[in-house]
Amino acid sequence: MIVADRKSLEEILGMVADNKKILILGCKGCVTVCNVGGLKEVEILTSSLKIARKKAGNPIDIDIQVLERQCDTEYVAELGEAVNDYDSVISMACGVGPQFLSEMYKTQTFYPAVNTTFFGGATQHGVWEERCAGCGTCGIHMFGGLCPIARCAKSLLHGPCGGSSKGICEVNADTECIWDSIVKKKMEAGQLADLMGVRGLKDWTTARDGGPRRSIREELVQGNI
Amino acid sequence: MSELKSGSNLEKVLKAGHFAFTGECGPPKGANVKHLKEKFKYLKGNVDCVNLTDNQTAVVRMSSLAASALMVTEGLEPNFQMVCRDRNRLAMMSDILGAHALGIRNMLCLSGDHQSFGNHPQAKNVHDIDSMQLIALVKKMRDEGKFMNGDDIDVPPELFVGAACNPFADPYEYRVYRLANKITAGADFIQTQCIFNMEKFRDFMKKVVDMGLHERCYILAGVTPMKNAGMANFMKKFVPGMDIPDALIARLKGVEKKDQAEEGIKFALEQVAEFKEMEGVAGVHMMAIEWEHMVPEIAERAGVLPRPVV
Amino acid sequence: MRLSYSADVKIIQVPCTGRVDILHLLNAVEDGADGVYVAGCLEGECHYIEGNLKARRKVAHVKKILTELGIEPERVEMYNLSSAQGARFAEIANEMAERIRALGPTPVKNHTAA
Repeated sequence: MIVADRKSLEEILGMVADNKKILILGCKGCVTVCNVGGLKEVEILTSSLKIARKKAGNPIDIDIQVLERQCDTEYVAELGEAVNDYDSVISMACGVGPQFLSEMYKTQTFYPAVNTTFFGGATQHGVWEERCAGCGTCGIHMFGGLCPIARCAKSLLHGPCGGSSKGICEVNADTECIWDSIVKKKMEAGQLADLMGVRGLKDWTTARDGGPRRSIREELVQGNI
Repeated sequence: MSELKSGSNLEKVLKAGHFAFTGECGPPKGANVKHLKEKFKYLKGNVDCVNLTDNQTAVVRMSSLAASALMVTEGLEPNFQMVCRDRNRLAMMSDILGAHALGIRNMLCLSGDHQSFGNHPQAKNVHDIDSMQLIALVKKMRDEGKFMNGDDIDVPPELFVGAACNPFADPYEYRVYRLANKITAGADFIQTQCIFNMEKFRDFMKKVVDMGLHERCYILAGVTPMKNAGMANFMKKFVPGMDIPDALIARLKGVEKKDQAEEGIKFALEQVAEFKEMEGVAGVHMMAIEWEHMVPEIAERAGVLPRPVV
Repeated sequence: MRLSYSADVKIIQVPCTGRVDILHLLNAVEDGADGVYVAGCLEGECHYIEGNLKARRKVAHVKKILTELGIEPERVEMYNLSSAQGARFAEIANEMAERIRALGPTPVKNHTAA
């Protein structure tokens, strides 16, 4: 899923400092699963903002709504013209949400309440880790099922750098050296040969380097499936 | 290994069967050419070539390419270091051509320290290709006269291609295979990370020799003289991939503070003496970090002077 | 026992402190409560195994939010006592009332629109 972290209350309060009536929009997609922008988090943010504004002697009216998803125009359309009843709107979805909203409701201002961080999963309750860099050319199977593009700090393709120590990445003591895991797994399986030789240079045109990406599924576009 | 690939002094020294002795020099944190040239003085005539570091530890310094070119004009031979952190394949190939044009004939291909260690940790890194691919890239440009897209290069760069090897990083069992892969990729010579754990290095070289890697490539053992016990402690704690035995720290601490530098040099000299005899080791890469002025004395006492003229 | 305790304390009963939500505590502060505290069973004695431990973590989270908003986190607290400790109950009520009195009225005022 897409993982995000909520921005500080200070930053969010600054965004709506001049507003008297706002809407906070949650999303039932990834940000609900990673506990950052679902109904619960929308309610906590709402109460927190109201407390802060009352304390400042400048109370704020806040309505809340949680869309099925903010990354689908059909759900974003549900808001309708009512969205213009507010001074501004705070989206708690990933970075896609505020954009789909801005594209549909051109005169309204949509503020992001979260910082979208990575594609990953929960390794334990409350801990999420990056697993995919969305490079557009998946070769996970070549590395024992562990992606060095996303998980090696230098995106190396030919083994651990000289900074790998006891399974830990040189960049951060909390980060595992994914190449340590890949190499050990391959050696234990007697498949070291898979890691030898020089791979062709990676084609980054399918990654962000090729410009903003678009995925077109013709059969769906034509509507006959 | 008979025909010369680059015609560099280092290549000639190694191919003539001499025990190589290379040095290292960090470009200044500024455009201070005068200071850089002063450092060159200590190295000239005492080493076969000098590594010019490429924004080492991710701290911004004068470019290794410019510093290498300045070295050429001063009559020393540079070993131009290039890391994968700061350049994409376009910049790499263009700098490789530029290096040759400026008279540079040795190049060391590295991944590069992560920018989080340096003085601009907020920077975006590149890592378009990795060090293994950089080695193959230089080799292709030189031997096939082609860019990575297959286009012809009118005058291909002639460079003696080096790579690094850290036998002290983990996982240890894999390190000799990574080295083998770098040689397959096209490394003509290897400079190892600073060696302090001699026992481990002996074991590593045995593996290297057993695999016959020393016959496919020249391996230069990395040596850094310790200035004092504090430096040893610091490197042990904070420099990733360093293996500094407690016995060495104890040895440095065992003498008075004013004598620790001499003790550090003594250890380095003992290392050089052993490397001269060690099977598979073709030379020493002396990294006297910010201690360039000691190189003449170290070279003299190590018995590697005068350097061969080939 | 007929113990007396501060009349400033308004009790809201829940089946277990595990039922107390972050929002209950936040909403109380939002609506102008000068302080809120949760009185759970003794740790290790929860009938639902860890309801009181969860409540403690929620109280800690609310304290964090209040700190971020520049409000004294001491206005929210977690206490543990058994249902047999009537004297302790009165003591806690008085202690909390005393603490809040020292802190003064909440800065979260229900201003009428200017």
